[in-house]
Amino acid sequence: MKVRANFSLVMNLDKCIGCHTCSVTCKNVWTNRKGVEYAWFNNVESKPGIGYPKNWEDQEQWNGGWELVNGKLQLKSGSRRNILKNIFMNPNMPTIDDYYEPFTYDYATLQNSGLVEATPTARPRSLVDGTRMEKIEWGPNWEDDLGGKFKHRGQDTNFSNMEKQIYGEFEQTFLMYLPRMCNHCVNPACVAACPSGSLYKREEDGIVLVDQDKCRSWRMCISACPYKKMFYNWESGKAEKCTGCYPRVESGLPTVCSESCVGRIRYNGVMLYDADRIEELASVENDQDLYQAQLDLFLDPNDPEVIKQAKEDGIPESWMDAARKSPIRKLIVDWKVAFPLHPEFRTLPMVWYVPPLSPVQSQIDQGNLSTMADGAIPSIETLRLPMKYLANMFTAGDEKPIVAALKRMIAMRSFYRSKNVEGKTDLAVLEEVGLTEDQVNDMYRYMAIANYEDRFVIPTSHEELRQEDFHTFQGQNGFTFGNDGCSISPNASLFPDKRKKTSDNLEFVRYHPAAKRSDGEKA
Amino acid sequence: MNLSNLLFGIYPYIALTTFFVGSLIRFDREQYTWKADSSQIFEKEQLQKGSILFHIGVLALFMGHFAGLVTPHSWFLSLGVSDMMHQIVAISAGAAFGSLCMMGGVILWKRRMFHPRVRANSRFMDLFILNWILVTLGVGLLTIPVSIYHASSGDTSAMIALADWAQATLSLNADASLLNNVGFIYKLHLFLGMSVFFLFPFSRLVHVWSMPLGYMFRPYQIVRTKFVKQR
Repeated sequence: MKVRANFSLVMNLDKCIGCHTCSVTCKNVWTNRKGVEYAWFNNVESKPGIGYPKNWEDQEQWNGGWELVNGKLQLKSGSRRNILKNIFMNPNMPTIDDYYEPFTYDYATLQNSGLVEATPTARPRSLVDGTRMEKIEWGPNWEDDLGGKFKHRGQDTNFSNMEKQIYGEFEQTFLMYLPRMCNHCVNPACVAACPSGSLYKREEDGIVLVDQDKCRSWRMCISACPYKKMFYNWESGKAEKCTGCYPRVESGLPTVCSESCVGRIRYNGVMLYDADRIEELASVENDQDLYQAQLDLFLDPNDPEVIKQAKEDGIPESWMDAARKSPIRKLIVDWKVAFPLHPEFRTLPMVWYVPPLSPVQSQIDQGNLSTMADGAIPSIETLRLPMKYLANMFTAGDEKPIVAALKRMIAMRSFYRSKNVEGKTDLAVLEEVGLTEDQVNDMYRYMAIANYEDRFVIPTSHEELRQEDFHTFQGQNGFTFGNDGCSISPNASLFPDKRKKTSDNLEFVRYHPAAKRSDGEKA
Repeated sequence: MNLSNLLFGIYPYIALTTFFVGSLIRFDREQYTWKADSSQIFEKEQLQKGSILFHIGVLALFMGHFAGLVTPHSWFLSLGVSDMMHQIVAISAGAAFGSLCMMGGVILWKRRMFHPRVRANSRFMDLFILNWILVTLGVGLLTIPVSIYHASSGDTSAMIALADWAQATLSLNADASLLNNVGFIYKLHLFLGMSVFFLFPFSRLVHVWSMPLGYMFRPYQIVRTKFVKQR
């Protein structure tokens, strides 16, 4: 057993209103720059839909993620040799039109226009080559709220093994929102595909980052990530991705997307997992077993064995504490209401989702649909979203866990309605879904109220532990001595800027490649 | 004679020094600019046709030139490779890979010049180095008919002279007079080719140094820690 901690998220889709505040705050903080205008580290998709970039979920087209070849895990884009063979031209890489052509408007004409009959307009202009765009035909969220024809958005791969035509009819149509970001996977395909080894997972918190100096623009990560959350900065020629807002997270603050979420749908916390079992559990044969496999990968922070090993592996006590209080753990492990997005990609993603309920309220009010015994809360059979669709998204098609989770969420509502409206404690409804009263009270606290301090349990990164005397940071934080990012290695440079023989009480906080490296598996 | 000495006695060292020292300085100080600078995100189809041909051609040409020019004459003879055989192999391999490289290069050139998105995102150096390589390659291909003519009259002296010059230069004994009897077209190709080395550290060509062969041997997953190894 090797204990590692992963900073993780859960998104409660039941409360997502599709307002895109997460995407906008993320963009304002991270990608408001030339070369990544088209890149949305966080975006919100309307489902059903083909998403951003177009059809990203279809791995027959993009060959992202992993697959089993003779029982062994291999990147779907091919063996190592195959990846190097494709280095002159990556056949799986999307082009800018698969995302959308970034544009701005000629705002100046609104001010500079002379006296004219018709109101002057600000026409669109491409940010890639500066040419006029007559018509904008695609954007980062073109399918918002089911925009466009069903023929088009119905190509959504989550419709596989479904009779999808009826969902094109107005009466049968359904909608849900899917906010997406980097999953900071435990078995990341982007890291595995990088020929120059510039991508890495941080041992302390599991955040996956790109070493910008080491990236050589071989662009294999862009196609290897099955979620298409690696982006090519066409200005710098380097790969960029969601940073997990690590400067905030290291200080114990939630990510910008989580902090700004008006629906309070995002939970930030810590999960412990066994790094020695990654390969074994990512290569279970049946796709539908991957959800359970990932549950098996997680470790219980209350287990004395785990506590002992965690101490040996250098996990700080405050992280163990956070793991015990983790809202993520409650949603994923204790209540089993959260699921990984497309576990069949085999990257073991660490952003999980609570599936949405979808009551057809007006029909319930008119008494046209069946309800729970309380006569008000709808029963699961009457939900609008097809279970198969949700299952295709979250459990590789296995409906049972999804149904169980939704039933628990319904039971929680029914229980609280009885309590608050009728003043009764209806334990029967809980027994049916295997919950205790204490559990459902907790669920209510975390899922319905969702206070800030319950949603975000984030331990700091303990910079002070890196220093023998943590007061050495005083008067030095924020300084570098120029060119800190480059040089051949921290100990070698053509133009040495530091005196090596004299003592320096401050080691700079850097994830330099020469720093200790531990690999999750053998070659 | 002075010009000849400058170009083939001194310039090789300027070019090679710039190549090595320039690369090292750029790698040390400006690693963020060290990249292949792919433009595939803007255009895929022409790149597929052009890039693969170009790269196969240019890698084979580099290795061919290196082996052909730097291997000592006596080694070839002891391996039983006669000068004429050497020249015929050089002509045919050069023609084959030169044509591949030229086909790919022209496709890439067309793409870079006329595809609006790629053109708009090309730096001056991107265009300059591509043009320079193509001219060098074109002149190199023009030497082939001359070499065929030499071969048909049983004359291998030009090839031997070029190899002697290259070996003398690399052993720090450059002697421009070795090229006295070599045709102008060869000398032009030499100058253009040396200049590619001179321009190398200032262009995107630096990505050649980073050919990621290590990928074959490293584990899939990489984990880094902030804690610097205790010394």
